[in-house]
Amino acid sequence: MARISAGVATSHVPAIGAALDLGKSREDYWAPVFAGYDFSKQWIADEKPDVIFLVYNDHASAFDLKMIPTFAIGCGERYGIADEGWGARPVPDVIGHPDLAWHIAHSVILEGFDLTIINEMDVDHGLTVPLSLMFGQPDAWPCTVIPFAVNVVIYPQPSGRRCFELGRAIRRAVDSFDEDLNVQIWGTGGMSHQLQGPRAGLINRDFDTAFLDRLVKDPDSLADIPLVEYMREAGSEGVELIMWLIMRGALDAEVLERHRFYHVPASNTAVGHLILENKESRSNS
Amino acid sequence: MALDKPYGDIPGTTIFDSMKARQGYHLNQFFHSLMKDENRNRFLADENAYLDEWPISSEQRQAVLDRDYNRVIELGGNVYFFAKLFFTDEQSFEIGAAQMTGMEPAEYRRMMLSGGRPAAGNRYTKEKNDGQN
Repeated sequence: MARISAGVATSHVPAIGAALDLGKSREDYWAPVFAGYDFSKQWIADEKPDVIFLVYNDHASAFDLKMIPTFAIGCGERYGIADEGWGARPVPDVIGHPDLAWHIAHSVILEGFDLTIINEMDVDHGLTVPLSLMFGQPDAWPCTVIPFAVNVVIYPQPSGRRCFELGRAIRRAVDSFDEDLNVQIWGTGGMSHQLQGPRAGLINRDFDTAFLDRLVKDPDSLADIPLVEYMREAGSEGVELIMWLIMRGALDAEVLERHRFYHVPASNTAVGHLILENKESRSNS
Repeated sequence: MALDKPYGDIPGTTIFDSMKARQGYHLNQFFHSLMKDENRNRFLADENAYLDEWPISSEQRQAVLDRDYNRVIELGGNVYFFAKLFFTDEQSFEIGAAQMTGMEPAEYRRMMLSGGRPAAGNRYTKEKNDGQN
């Protein structure tokens, strides 16, 4: 049976990808950011996931304003790398897992989550920067990836509660897939940041710390934070944190926190990172 | 009946909501077109001629030509869309953000390195009317 063994949360700041691609990762400004992922690179080399279910948001790359899906699952075989305005990042194409992706789509749609199905699209920094942070610069990504895009660009975004419950439905879907697969779920984006207007540069370390603590220990109550509170407290783009709730919803009620990292700044943003291991499904495997 | 918009009192912040998406549709589609190298080159070669191809208002057009991003936001632009213009201009997101705050890039970077703009005093317009640090 497929099982979700662990969850990873990480910011996906585009400047982090640019720093890596341009060979700046050892500069004083960037070195502390990458050092926060040293443990994670070793951890994931040991964990060897077969599939990553990667929750991210598209930043006006694959989805312009012609079509704006609230939740979209990538069921394709392969995804190219988007040119976001400065040329495509020099990273490998992303290989999908269509069988598991379609299985999850089928299962969660029947549970009432009306997903959009994507077979062809390019993926942007929201998806590739987390892969780079966790895997470095390989010639090919070491596992398959199911992209799962959430609208966090246009208000109203889906509520935190809806995201958390969707995570739970994704968990049930993965658990019912017959093939023996080690699946991780990643939630990306955040933490506090505001990229626009006179209030740009807002960082709220207290909010971020409380969010990390509650995500680990009390995610059910965290899911009730209204969207406006993210915007007010964590910046207009801090609302991306709802994507972490999808990840958390797919994990056991009790998880083991293996790693935590928090750093300010990366460009305009607070970088947050967690590795959470499922206790129950790991012991059953 | 009016829609619930509980975010109007966040200082220095325009939430890109349904009405903004309606207002900024063509403007944002113009920005999105700059994802293609060929379009970036055509735009940079003759900005006015390229903008002629898009059904945007004269105010939107002027805001683009002026690189006045706070005005772009006011007229329905979204940051992830107009970031394509930052990159077309070979400018970083950090510098683009600094410009919208009215700070010099070096001053903005110092603020970020010292922990960013604090939330205290910047949550409600009644606390702070201009969103400035």
